[in-house]
Amino acid sequence: MSATPEELKQRIEAGIPGAAAEVTGDGHHFYAVVSAPEFSGLNRIAQHRRVYEVFGSEVGDRIHALSIQTKLPQEAA
Amino acid sequence: MSDETTNPLREEIAGAISENPVILFMKGTPDQPACGFSARTVAILQSLGRPFAAVDVLPDPRIRQELAELSNWPTIPQLFVDGELVGGCDIVTEMYQSGELQETLGLDAVSAEAAPEAQAQEAAPLSIENRL
Repeated sequence: MSATPEELKQRIEAGIPGAAAEVTGDGHHFYAVVSAPEFSGLNRIAQHRRVYEVFGSEVGDRIHALSIQTKLPQEAA
Repeated sequence: MSDETTNPLREEIAGAISENPVILFMKGTPDQPACGFSARTVAILQSLGRPFAAVDVLPDPRIRQELAELSNWPTIPQLFVDGELVGGCDIVTEMYQSGELQETLGLDAVSAEAAPEAQAQEAAPLSIENRL
């Protein structure tokens, strides 16, 4: 069963407290813009890891590719 | 649980990361990238004229698996500078556009002023473990 942008959005928002996500994609390649309060204490690598962690081993498998852009809540206008 | 079990392949990967100041793990080779994300990352590095080592992860699936566990990063490509994971295609692209990548690579940052001050990711001395 292929993943949908809506599913990814919901899982990111459920998996990271206070997160807001915009996800686009075709079922294989996805692009997510994610903002979350906790990102303010993390460098970019750690921010992206937080998003990848939501999906674990599904990234590279069921979710073939997930591009991520992270923002702090105040930047995400 | 990172125990100290010896794992030759993982040690070889860690060795390559610590021995090469700039090393890219990718799908395919710089001349023949096998994935669009790897191709884009190679193109950025080549445009900066900074020599880099490249490792093709495709010949043996275990390379990718060991690398992912070592770096705690699930996707390919992965760029390491001075032993530290800089990121994959998204981060490399973002840092290239802001001028941070040039800085991280020790090149003249053309548009360094435009880079957000937030975290100038200083290249730490060689360290194999990836804390963070």
